Amino acid sequence: MVGWVLANSVGAPALTPSKEGLSSEPGSKHALPSLSMYSELPGSEISIEEFEQAALDRLRVLKGLDDLKAKGFRPDQVQDKVLSLVDQYLKAATRESTIRKDTVSHYVLRLAYCRTEELRRWFLAQECDLFRARFRALLPGEQRAFIEGNRLPFRPLTPAEFREVEDDLRATMLAVTGSLQQTNALFQGAAAPHEAFYRAPFEAVPDLVGSRRVYLRAGHAYVSRDQAVSLAVQPFRAALSKALVTTARRWSQVVGPSEAHRLAPIVESLSQRYLGPDYSDPEKRGVTGQVAASDIPRLAQESFPLCMQVMAQALHESHHLKHDGRMQLGLFLKGIGLPLEEAVRFWRAEMAATAPGEKFDKEFLYNVRHNYGKEGNRRDYTPYTCSKIIASVPGVGQVHGCPFRTFGPDALRSAISRLQVTPAKVDEACAKAKAGHFQLACAAVWEGKHGCSCETGINHPNQYFEESQKVLHGEQQPGGPGLSQSQGVSTANPAPAGASPLPASVQPHTKHARVA
Amino acid sequence: MGTQEMMKLYYGWIFPYRDFYKWLAYGNDSKLPQADAGFMQRREFCFTLDGDIFDLDGLQAAIKERCPSKLDIGPVYNINPARRAAYAGSGQTFTPVERELVFDIDLTDYDDVRTCGSGGHICNKCWPLMAVAIQILDAGLRRDFGFQHILYVYSGRRGVHAWVCDDRARCLSDEQRTAVANYFAVYRGQEGGLARLALGLEEHPAVTRAAAILEPVFVERLLPEQGLLSDDKRQEALLAYIPSERVRERARQRWAQGEAGDDVARWHALEEEVAKEQATLAKARDTRGAKALDRAMRSVVFAHAYPRLDLEVSKKMNHLLKAPFCVHPKTGKVCVPIDPERAHKFDPETVVTVGRLLDQLNKARGGVKGSDAGEEWRSTDLVPAIQTFRACFLDGLQGACRESLAARARESAAQPTLVW
Ligand code: SF4
Ligand SMILES: [Zn+2]
Repeated sequence: MVGWVLANSVGAPALTPSKEGLSSEPGSKHALPSLSMYSELPGSEISIEEFEQAALDRLRVLKGLDDLKAKGFRPDQVQDKVLSLVDQYLKAATRESTIRKDTVSHYVLRLAYCRTEELRRWFLAQECDLFRARFRALLPGEQRAFIEGNRLPFRPLTPAEFREVEDDLRATMLAVTGSLQQTNALFQGAAAPHEAFYRAPFEAVPDLVGSRRVYLRAGHAYVSRDQAVSLAVQPFRAALSKALVTTARRWSQVVGPSEAHRLAPIVESLSQRYLGPDYSDPEKRGVTGQVAASDIPRLAQESFPLCMQVMAQALHESHHLKHDGRMQLGLFLKGIGLPLEEAVRFWRAEMAATAPGEKFDKEFLYNVRHNYGKEGNRRDYTPYTCSKIIASVPGVGQVHGCPFRTFGPDALRSAISRLQVTPAKVDEACAKAKAGHFQLACAAVWEGKHGCSCETGINHPNQYFEESQKVLHGEQQPGGPGLSQSQGVSTANPAPAGASPLPASVQPHTKHARVA
Repeated sequence: MGTQEMMKLYYGWIFPYRDFYKWLAYGNDSKLPQADAGFMQRREFCFTLDGDIFDLDGLQAAIKERCPSKLDIGPVYNINPARRAAYAGSGQTFTPVERELVFDIDLTDYDDVRTCGSGGHICNKCWPLMAVAIQILDAGLRRDFGFQHILYVYSGRRGVHAWVCDDRARCLSDEQRTAVANYFAVYRGQEGGLARLALGLEEHPAVTRAAAILEPVFVERLLPEQGLLSDDKRQEALLAYIPSERVRERARQRWAQGEAGDDVARWHALEEEVAKEQATLAKARDTRGAKALDRAMRSVVFAHAYPRLDLEVSKKMNHLLKAPFCVHPKTGKVCVPIDPERAHKFDPETVVTVGRLLDQLNKARGGVKGSDAGEEWRSTDLVPAIQTFRACFLDGLQGACRESLAARARESAAQPTLVW
């Protein structure tokens, strides 16, 4: 029995929970499973398989959402795409099982993403956007039911209240939308115009107050139906943010020592999980052995993304890389098909000047073998994803990380210029990087180098490499838009069976976890 | 007598401790069962003499003893600030739990639109800027946010502080404070010689109301008293807000012809030219263009008169702010309360000074009646200030505090309800 004591330790959010989420009526555009504040844990037993599968599926949704944003879409533009992701991954056979899957997956990911500030921020941002998308998709009546059901401190106006503030509301909405047409639509759209507005304490909508997007009177904020999502997401965000911190603090209590060895690896790998093609197993992908140590300089010129090129160059010039750098580059090389023996040859040659002969064997050989799962806990390490690389911050004298993030504007410009990229693309990449869209900047460089558009976007250095090789060696297949393509791959190779991060020895006797 | 010595006498004899204490106790000095006896002890006071933070066992004793050149008020903490060290490592974190919502407006932030002086300067010609800031804040805080217990205080030199003391204001989070501050932040600094203003073609009711308050003050006071259109340079600075070269050129011509005599007449001439241009635009069905001119004229008024708040002071619960009734060490002026209804009547040049108060106290010495013991200010010019303090602020606040303590008592008897 896995003593999964989340219920006690996570603590219910500050708001009184509703008994269950809200079902969608047949009228809504997407058959939404439910929308929940996740204030209650699912009852009954949960198998390890369910535990992991549900979490992976939810991660696909969150990651897909994040990718859409990385491509520069605004949250309101991704609405439909997000909802279809939800339909695709979180829907189960029955309404009950859908609610259950939604809840279980949310709670597992809480565990996985509570452990560092960076993870918490990512998870919170995606969950809030997911919540927004699902809330927006509700019919007005459903939104109201949700708000009332969750005892959120808002309610629609009465006709008398509405009449009293109507002129000011109109003026406010006109100032907010800047369009008379949109304003009129808001007031005429509903059969009863007063139902188009909620009244809430101004404290509940600081974002709307601070930007003067609501009418205020005597401490009440008058929030339009279109803005209601702000009302609903605020307590959701507050409660989740608090719960994540609590969970992190009590991680050791949440997963007691007896369960830690079973749950910890799952939870840990979940937070590092990349859901595109699985580059961790070059053997399975059939690329192992295609690359020899002597090919690396040529391939670096041809197809390495900037992060790897910078490191390969630094290694070549200084004959040294710090540990994080060796991991980032070494795993990437494994991913492109460099077998262990060749890896040892490569590293030995590159580091000969600083770590000759025995010194290399003593200090670095273990490390190289370790990356290939031949030492230590024999875990087969996965090449780093862009998000992982971007999140890592190199210290002084270190060169790992994503240059689009870590380099200053001048250094970045000259680094990109060296790649023989068209000047327009250099400018584009610099601008994107400056705006914080590192992966878009990287995609711009890819496009500038190959002279064709990068359909898939850049999510992984190994993907950058493979797409590049495909173009250069003429096997470019007509790929769909990035998201659906990477989904296609990940569904074709469903976890957990093959890709399970669980050491085999742990799996057998953990058939069922019991929720306390 | 040296300033230091005068301060000693002021804090020894005149400072209105009783009123001051009644305010900051928020009813917790009462015998009501819900009163929190430790409340005052958890308040942070900062006496600038040696920079230390003290607890307050006896407010009076502490202030008298320290004789501060500056007395700042901070938040109420969860534990007595003086015992902070004792709690370190106990797992209990030292955090502010409540604090008035405060605003700080300083004339030095208006130096680009003041012509009568700059820096530490203040006079009756630039005071309308402070007075209208009070009007705008007061309207917004009361009507939009529903606050009722607001204290405005002359900062002793060249600015104004506002203390919003309603229960609801005192327990706002930093995020909510930031939201309130931003709500008022129409003026967003300077950019290329122009004020950066968050103004649109259509305005939020709060902005429309602000425009209505600002306009008469701008036209009747600031234009003539600051001479905003009295020479070429100032005229061009103002015209830079007008997005139509035709209007600018016509205004220049009319002003040059001397047709318009003084600043106000020049402004009206500009208004006429704008109206003419708008009529032309309207005929061409260019409503946007016409509205843009409206916004431009509004921008001129807002650039010269809209409150320029020091937002950082308002955003954080634990920001220290100078206490009312203390003496400004450089000017000797007392930080007296201002009646928001009569803000324009307030005269910053004749604010009572510590020297004058001590003179008056000296003269009255023999005649202090027994009932005035401990309230020696009664025989000085501090009387109107304290009357204002009570009438505009303290009386209402005390009623509300009694009411809210009683309500809390009733509440705790009943079931706990959802607190937002
Ligand atoms: S975006 Fe990804 S592949 Fe490109 S440089 Fe950054 S980490 Fe490397
Ligand atoms: Zn002046």
